[in-house]
Order: sequence, then C-alpha cells, then structure tokens
Amino acid sequence: MAISVNGTDIPVPDDPRVSLLDLLRERAHLTGTKVGCNQGACGACTVLLDGERVLSCLTLAVQADGRSVTTIEGLGDGAALHPMQQAFIDHDGFQCGYCTPGQICAAVAMLRELQGGVPSYVTADLAGQGTVTAEEIRERMSGNLCRCGAHNGIVEAILQVAKEQAA
Amino acid sequence: MTPFTFARATSPEDAARLAALEGHRLLGGGTNLVDLMRKGVEHPTTLVDVTALSTEIIETARGGLLIGAATRNTALAAHPLVRTRYPVLSRAILAGASAQIRNMATVAGNILQRSRCAYFNDPAASRCNKRAPGSGCDAREGFNRYHAIIGGSPACISAHPSDMCVALVALDAQVHLLGMTGARTVPLAEFYRLPGDTPQIETVMAPGEIITAIELPPLPVAARSDYRKVRDRASYAFALVSVAACASVQDGVLTELRLAFGGIAPKPWRALHAEQALLGGPVTREAVFAAMDLELAEAAPLAGNAFKLELARRTAVAVLADLTGVTA
Repeated sequence: MAISVNGTDIPVPDDPRVSLLDLLRERAHLTGTKVGCNQGACGACTVLLDGERVLSCLTLAVQADGRSVTTIEGLGDGAALHPMQQAFIDHDGFQCGYCTPGQICAAVAMLRELQGGVPSYVTADLAGQGTVTAEEIRERMSGNLCRCGAHNGIVEAILQVAKEQAA
Repeated sequence: MTPFTFARATSPEDAARLAALEGHRLLGGGTNLVDLMRKGVEHPTTLVDVTALSTEIIETARGGLLIGAATRNTALAAHPLVRTRYPVLSRAILAGASAQIRNMATVAGNILQRSRCAYFNDPAASRCNKRAPGSGCDAREGFNRYHAIIGGSPACISAHPSDMCVALVALDAQVHLLGMTGARTVPLAEFYRLPGDTPQIETVMAPGEIITAIELPPLPVAARSDYRKVRDRASYAFALVSVAACASVQDGVLTELRLAFGGIAPKPWRALHAEQALLGGPVTREAVFAAMDLELAEAAPLAGNAFKLELARRTAVAVLADLTGVTA
C-alpha cells in the first residue's frame, strides 16, 4: 500500500476521501503541485501518473496505489532543470507562476502523446500523425488555464523543446 | 465530502454484485463523480473502483468493434481502427474535456456522466428536480444557455453533456449490460430516458446493472464521417450545439446518412426525421433547413437558448457540405 512519488514511497492514506493532490501537498509536502479550482476546470494540479498527465484534484489517492507519480519537483535531474522548465524561463511562459507547474507537467506529457501518435481535435488527417504546430499545442494544452495570459510564451517554450528533441 | 469506504471490483460479476448494494456507486476515472461528491450532489457510502475491468478494444466476428467499459477515452480516440473506420467517434471524443480528463475518464463513465446544469451542481442554493425530485427547476427561468431545446419537460431541461455519445448514437452503438439476472444488450439510442416527471431516472439500467462493453456494428459509411462542435470558446468547453454525421453521396444525392446532435436535448439526439427527409436528395441549404425544421418541430426553446434552433440548422448544413464535398 504505497504510491511512488518522484521515486519515494508514500503510504496510501486510510481515508479514501484524500485526493492525490492533497496527499502530495499535505502529506508528502510537495507544494509545487498547485490547488486551483479543485474541480477539474483549470489544470493547475496536473501531475504525471505512470507517465500520463492527469488531474490530481479529481484522482483519489487510493486509486494511485502501486503506481508511480511524477510532480514538478521530480521532473528535472537532481538540481538540473528539465528542458521544459528551462524553455518556460527562456520564453517568459509565466507571470505569477501559479499555473506553471501544471503547465510544465502537461507540456512534457503532451509532447510524448503527440510524438506517440495520439491525435487531437485539430489534427487534420486522423489516419496520419499530428505535427508539432502552434495550433496543435494550443488545442492540446487547453486544459491548462493561465489567467495572466502567458499562453504565447508557453506555446513558444513548447515549440522550442519539440525542436530540440527533433534535432 | 461525506465519508465512504473504498472497494475494488475484481470481475464484471463482482462489480454487478457490489453495484446492487445500497449506497454503492461505481468509480471509473472519477472526473465527474469525485467532483459531484465534493460538491455534495452525490453521497455514496461505498465507491467500487471498476478500472480493472476490460480495457480491450477487439474486432468482432461481424467486423465491428467491442470496446471494454473501462477503456480510457484517450485510448479509444487514438485506436487505429476507430480513427480509420469511425473517425466521427475519434473526433467527438477529442472535442470533449481536456487531454488530462480524457486520459482519466472511462468509456462507461462518459456514458453515465451526469448533468452540468449549474443548478443541478449547486445543492446549497438551487432547486433541481433531478437532484432533489419535486423541489422545482431553477433553470427554466434562469441561465439556460446550455440547456435542451427539445426532449425536455417542465421538470427538467438539462442537456446531455457527452460528445462521445453523440457519435455513438449516430453509429448505432449497442450497450452491453450485466446484472444479477444476466446479460442484455440495449441500443444507446434507447438507453437514455427523457426526463418527463422523473428526471432523476436517466437510463433504462436496472438497479445493480453495470455496463461491461460498447459494441459498434460494421458501418462502411462511417469511414466518411465527422463531428463538429460549436461552443463558447475554441476548446475545453461544453457544446452549445454539436453535430455527428456519416454520409455517402452518389450521382449528387445522399444514399446513406447518419445524423445526430449534442447540446440540444437531454440525451444524444439521433435525427431520424431529418435523415429520412434528406435521403435520396441533394445536399442543399434549403433541403437541410427543411429537414431540420421537421426534426425540431417539437422544440420548445427558452429565452437563453432559442439561438440553438438556427445554430443547429446552420451547423448541420456546414458539416454535410464538408462531408459530401458540395457547396450548400
């Protein structure tokens, strides 16, 4: 009965009402993951569950039993930033920073989905492969709201990482 | 959130046994149910996690697809056979929610998701016959931009929120059910009940029945199909009006047509009257408008949603024109 959070085992709470979000913040003291709307509308609580992006506010911690969670704190390699974190800095992909951990976790998984062949609503040819364009990124990142309006920088940051990965 | 206990179903039979017990609710991705519990709309005493049930998508002997109830929305939308044979289904799923939610949400959970009516979701301050039968409906005289224009009743005008299900009714999908007395199959088009005097009863499922799978029949016309969703922002919003269509044209006339609408009714709305009117004729603006007038003859729009009559007609024209390659 444990959840692997950034490689460290955290016990599953006895009370099944505890969300994965509350487990991360209140019990594992990993406060990088943010509470936004707490109802699945904003994306600020996005983490990776077995590598896939999910909303930790609507995930019961007990449902993550035996699974692996990566938060913003576990994305980089030790003190080194993840390339997506660096790209958000390079392109001013934030202002207040509150939505940023969710944005970055979502962006990392989003590129994996795109490169793995998962289509989006704006992918023209469903039988083919989606391409990394600003339009695709905007559609695929629509679950992460930024009230400061840093979306242009966020799209540029993701385009930069995609370009680096392709090189 | 009211305290509850947590259980895991190990088989469909186990899930059906647990589902029959008082206060037990099935939990898939939790994207709707957990939220409703937090808001105080739902108060289960036990949640039964059914995500270990089938996530398989297999080809049936007759050339259709059988989709396990616990299949995640993303997995269904991304499946190669869905993308090539039933593109309307991929497109509809991808039009719904966000990528995070589609990664979590299951197919059966999508079918059984509940109303997004603001008054249903507000137990502290609003009247709602679906949530509290007999208490009244605050939507009728309130904010009803997202509500039904057809199929509603004085008791309830909530619109069904799913995109996926609009495509599924266009495709004649079948719902596989399992209960204590055995298994049965129901067409999705007959699965939902219109609200009438009992809006709290939303489907034909008997107590203790569970969804085990969705079956798509072989449907060659579906290879030429599309889904278009009109909403208040470009992405991550519920439909004002959506259209699912499969169409085939020969010598300038429609030889096959499947047409369904979202956002306008308490259930995904298969437009059989419009299909009948359009079959055998050309796709013109006049023909589609006339067919839609027939389809929506019983509509009873309200102050906040009367625009949907015109929006549904025009979106139908646009989708059918795109699909058939004509300029309507």
